[in-house]
Amino acid sequence: MAEKKWMPRWFYQLASPRWCYDITGKLLPIFAIAALLTLVVGTVWALAFAPADYQQGNSFRIIYIHVPASILAQSCYMLMAVAGAIGLIWKMKIADMVAKCCAPIGASIAILSLATGAIWGKPTWGSWWVWDARLTSMLILFFLYLGIIALNSAIESERTAAQSTAVLALVGLVNIPIIKYSVDWWNTLHQPATFTLTERPAMPSEMWLPLLVMVIGFYCFFAVAMMLRLRNEIIQRERRSSWVRALMAN
Amino acid sequence: MSDSMPNRPEVDAMITECRVDGPFWGALKRELLLSYRRKSDLVNPLIFFLMVATLFPLGVSPDPTFLADVAPGVVWVAALLATLLSMDSLFRSDFEDGTLEQILLSPQPLYLVVLAKVLGHWMLTGLPLTILAPLLGVMLFLPSDGMWGLVLSLLLGTPTLSLVGAIGAALTVGLRKGGVLISLLVLPLYIPVLIFGSAAVQGAVTGLPLGGYLAILGAMLSLGLVLAPLAIGAALRISVSG
Repeated sequence: MAEKKWMPRWFYQLASPRWCYDITGKLLPIFAIAALLTLVVGTVWALAFAPADYQQGNSFRIIYIHVPASILAQSCYMLMAVAGAIGLIWKMKIADMVAKCCAPIGASIAILSLATGAIWGKPTWGSWWVWDARLTSMLILFFLYLGIIALNSAIESERTAAQSTAVLALVGLVNIPIIKYSVDWWNTLHQPATFTLTERPAMPSEMWLPLLVMVIGFYCFFAVAMMLRLRNEIIQRERRSSWVRALMAN
Repeated sequence: MSDSMPNRPEVDAMITECRVDGPFWGALKRELLLSYRRKSDLVNPLIFFLMVATLFPLGVSPDPTFLADVAPGVVWVAALLATLLSMDSLFRSDFEDGTLEQILLSPQPLYLVVLAKVLGHWMLTGLPLTILAPLLGVMLFLPSDGMWGLVLSLLLGTPTLSLVGAIGAALTVGLRKGGVLISLLVLPLYIPVLIFGSAAVQGAVTGLPLGGYLAILGAMLSLGLVLAPLAIGAALRISVSG
């Protein structure tokens, strides 16, 4: 008798590397086009048409890279921890691979956020770096990514590496709100969050609409980068299976 | 019999867990005895703690007013590094001689054994560090108002450091070069404890009420006591089976 399935069918299908390879192959062009469109439209809109800030002038325009990068760096960590948990609980190979692919992408986006923040800080605060709560917690997030990458590359067995990094990512996930509040109370200069889900943004719509487009564009770009890495990882790990051999033979 | 009542074997198991010859006390006694027989390992973190604190007046400035300003941070950072340094050996010898496998295979709850090991580790590093801290405070011209803040914050903070550090030790126990890696994994997680710990000392120096800082350190400790042994246990299972 068949066991009762309590997850939708696609969830089980995702566990198959081959099916995942096929579906990402179909989704990849869609996301690539979406990312290209939104990023081009968003960048032109933000740099050429959005009004300048009345205090910061044109220097504020870096917000259109800085804020999406910061949001994405945090979402990427969440995805990594959730994928790690799925890999630990259901022992799903694809989840392990997703978690592994998240770490380098997340680290690069975190450093993009830090770098744009530093460039923005120079004209606004007069220094490249201040020990402020937001900057520090982003720096710690970056360190967490580095720790996860280091652990993953130190362990030779793929399965053990995936499980160990999943545990570390989950411990980090518990710690992230603690870090956030500890540095928030510690020292603060950074302006409050630009976007919250519950309130209307304080900026006029001509300013936040391009920002929204950029955020969507960054997420689409992340999806593209993720799928490219994931497909690579699948091919590499499944290189001995017959379907990959057949694929490579063509 | 109602469902909520635990059955007889479970009750027996609960009683055994709490008894003096149960797994928790057994593991704790073993940990303390093993460390007592290798006394140099006991003293090394303390000497390190003392030496790191000596570097600051030599490296930065021997000026008493400057040292008094940085003393809370310096003592806390030195305590943190000393704990981190001692972390690597926590599971290492047990892993090498196969004891760890026997612990994982035994019917005893892993949570309690791990908690006992971490408690033993804290009693031999965190607690002596806490006791030694006022001496460093004097060496660094920490105002006497800050001493109680220093001791209390270290008393509540160092167990959290041991608990979090043990997660890193458990994750890296199977690796030959765990030493540097463990600091990379654990240091970002230590930051909240450092912030509130040194803030408590600074608060005590300036005469602010300590309660809030100590409450947060206590909250982090309780969270660590509940959750960290689970993560340590999971990490040990992964490391040993890998």
